[in-house]
Amino acid sequence: MRSIIALAKKTGATLDHMHSEATVRNTLTLQNSGWQTTTLNEVKNRADLILAIGTDIVSSHPRFFEQLVWNKDSLFNKPTPEVIYIAASGNTHAGVSPEGKAPKILTAKTADLPLLMSALNALAQNKSLKTDQIAGISIDSLQYLLSEIKASKYAVVVWSPACLVFAHAELTVQSITQLIATLNQSSRVAGLPLNSGDGDSSINNTSTWLTGYPTRNRFNAEQRGGEFTYDAYHFSTQQQLKNCDALLWISSFNAYSPPTTNAPTIVIGHPNIQFTQAPDVFIPIGIPGLDHAGTMFRMDSSVALPLKKIRDLGLPTLSMVLRDIESLIP
Amino acid sequence: MITLLKNGRLYDPANNKDGVVQDIYIRDGRIIAKPSPTEKISHSFDLSGKVVMAGAIDMHSHIGGGKINIARMMLPEFQESRRYSEPEAHICSPNCSHHATPNAIETGFRYIEMGYTAAFEPAIMPSNARQAHLEMADTPMIDKGGYAMLGNDDFFMRMLASGKDQKAINDYVAWTLHATQAIGIKVVNAGGISAFKFNQRKLDLDEKHTYYQISARNIIKSLSRAVYDLGIAKPLHVHCNNLGAAGNFETTLNTINAADGLPMHLTHIQFHSYGIEGDRKFSSAAAEIAQAINQHKNISVDVGQILFGQTVTASGDSMVQQLNAKHANPKKSVIMDIECDAGCGVVPFKYRDQNFVNALQWAIGLELFLSVTDPWRIFLTTDHPNGAPFTCYPHLIRLLMDKSFRNEAFAKLNLDAQAMSNLKSLEREYSLYEIAIMTRAGPAKLIGMHDRGHLGIGAGADIAIYNDQSDREAMFSEPAYVFKDGELVVKAGKVIKVTWGATYTAKPEYDLSIEHDLKPYFDRYHTVQLRNFKIDTAEISQDGRGSIIVSKDN
Repeated sequence: MRSIIALAKKTGATLDHMHSEATVRNTLTLQNSGWQTTTLNEVKNRADLILAIGTDIVSSHPRFFEQLVWNKDSLFNKPTPEVIYIAASGNTHAGVSPEGKAPKILTAKTADLPLLMSALNALAQNKSLKTDQIAGISIDSLQYLLSEIKASKYAVVVWSPACLVFAHAELTVQSITQLIATLNQSSRVAGLPLNSGDGDSSINNTSTWLTGYPTRNRFNAEQRGGEFTYDAYHFSTQQQLKNCDALLWISSFNAYSPPTTNAPTIVIGHPNIQFTQAPDVFIPIGIPGLDHAGTMFRMDSSVALPLKKIRDLGLPTLSMVLRDIESLIP
Repeated sequence: MITLLKNGRLYDPANNKDGVVQDIYIRDGRIIAKPSPTEKISHSFDLSGKVVMAGAIDMHSHIGGGKINIARMMLPEFQESRRYSEPEAHICSPNCSHHATPNAIETGFRYIEMGYTAAFEPAIMPSNARQAHLEMADTPMIDKGGYAMLGNDDFFMRMLASGKDQKAINDYVAWTLHATQAIGIKVVNAGGISAFKFNQRKLDLDEKHTYYQISARNIIKSLSRAVYDLGIAKPLHVHCNNLGAAGNFETTLNTINAADGLPMHLTHIQFHSYGIEGDRKFSSAAAEIAQAINQHKNISVDVGQILFGQTVTASGDSMVQQLNAKHANPKKSVIMDIECDAGCGVVPFKYRDQNFVNALQWAIGLELFLSVTDPWRIFLTTDHPNGAPFTCYPHLIRLLMDKSFRNEAFAKLNLDAQAMSNLKSLEREYSLYEIAIMTRAGPAKLIGMHDRGHLGIGAGADIAIYNDQSDREAMFSEPAYVFKDGELVVKAGKVIKVTWGATYTAKPEYDLSIEHDLKPYFDRYHTVQLRNFKIDTAEISQDGRGSIIVSKDN
């Protein structure tokens, strides 16, 4: 990321992450109201209730239950966690405990989540609702859900911004975090926002300490002799592809091909990328943690881990390639 | 290659030089004795009339690690404050910057541009230590290091609760120093961060953690003993329980007594010096606290002065920050439980001079500075960014050195707060010599940076040279020259050469067999393997920019 930032400074580039459509929903919530969250070790040892909202978790994080929920050993002798979904579909079978206990499922369409979260917030603040059901779920069920959360010692609320695909989904994320904040006034509840992968939390963290901003940021050479600016909307890949001079697409963990565009395209990435549209330049590079060492932030953003080199195919690293390119730019 | 700094007036308390005019010779990054006349002087600087001090050392500043990065992420609007040309609060002067969350590069630049050549991150969570070092690695110009947080982590709490002997605890503390590449140990709201995870909302010094059935006092005593036994220079860094609460001065006094004569550093003491007198049940207990500090020679403190304007409070103390979140300005906050290790709370805050509590906090900080008699045991900090951004230090120095400037500022405060403070009756003005103790010689001695903080033969040539101006704020805002490891890096307050600095650590000897207990613990309960938890020296030094310095005290 240091090399990406350095190259961006030389070229006046706009930076975005391939999954940021989802990530930005969380970032906007963080910037609007903040949140109360937890990390994986706490989930593994403390959580006695998992509430998954709009996600089955395992589609994006396949070993979540195996690693963090069904563990026999925990530090504080907690019971096997209760699992509750508010979701429409997905693999809720993963929420069946090893002893065969089925999870509770409140079936709700993704589009109804804004309404349901507003209702839960109202009920959590002891407001009465003049209806007996919301989006097909009875008020009694919602009240019962709240009472279960309050009765738990440490409830963890999981959401995945990638699953919340509707306009202004950040407001629903905010609604989730607001519910967590309200419930924390008397009992302990914590959020666990899921990430979208491909180094998104590494990129956002590093970008933030190097430039002051998470991604969707741009280096402006004209501004006060050169500085980064931030715009979560205009600096999106989607917006920028409409009028950019060129696209530099980096995909080192997985073989993702770039979006289709008329702009000249340079791809630096995984050797196995199958292109739908041939790029103007393709430079294959090694995969971090396989072909070379590195550091990566875990999905909960609090723990950074070392990546080791385990084979040598003679492929260059991303930073070597970027540094070489940078050195050729006057 | 020899550099000569000629005719400067030296304020070098470690060598008892109070305004002595003397030449300094530098070779290979170090100060050397006067060379023989046959040796060639490559560069010579005439420092007539200028004030020469060792590079300043900030012993408590949140410059690296998760909390500040969360603050940056949450508060993109703060980056705009770089462009402010007008001061925010009416008692500030144009040199005050209110940029509370500079990025890593700006952090290094702003420090060196004030003549600071080292800064220490005081709250490295072991599970987050790699991030702290990554950020510090991207912080140019200055040396850095950090204190690892213990005393809320399950492994330690469990050891203490099960009655493990002091030797085992010492081994774990030493192991943590090595694993996190830290130079000191900090405890934040001893036991309280952990207790909050069990839904306790307050933990007094002698109150028991509901799960482990141990008190904050037990934790502080055990850790201060461990740090002392291991022989590292930096005493246990204590963020007392009950931060910010009216009446918390009693907890602070009891904590001083709990030290039992062992060295202990109480940090951001201003936030822990509050009484409950007056109509609003909030008052200054600076006099009581200062008296206790003056009496207990084993105690050192830094102040954590607040200055008015917008900032953000970033603390490991999730228990207290959860309570503070309702005062957030702007209205947002992040509270986290982290890894059965610790936690964090990031709450933006705007200190206002017309607000009774804020105005009194300002006065309490200054009362403490002026009432603690020994400048070797009190350090100049704003707990950056919690009380104010570190870039406000020149303003704070002027408040300490210039009584009329201080009293003019005081007269503009909330009137009820003025009525509750004895600040105007405090005549003291700090001298340049005392400022040099408090910002150079003192912190170097405290942390164990033996070749820094002074200008003697053999010292690392970190040198700040100021134009002697009666406006001390202007003077300390813009050094004429700054040398880092013998290289001229700042001229007229602006960086002219980029360097990267080293990371200071302490690595006391210990019994490695502690890993026989840690390895199965990590395997069973953690989500990270023991070998990945530990930070290898190569991770910091292999990029060709960073390097590790091991402080030798034991």
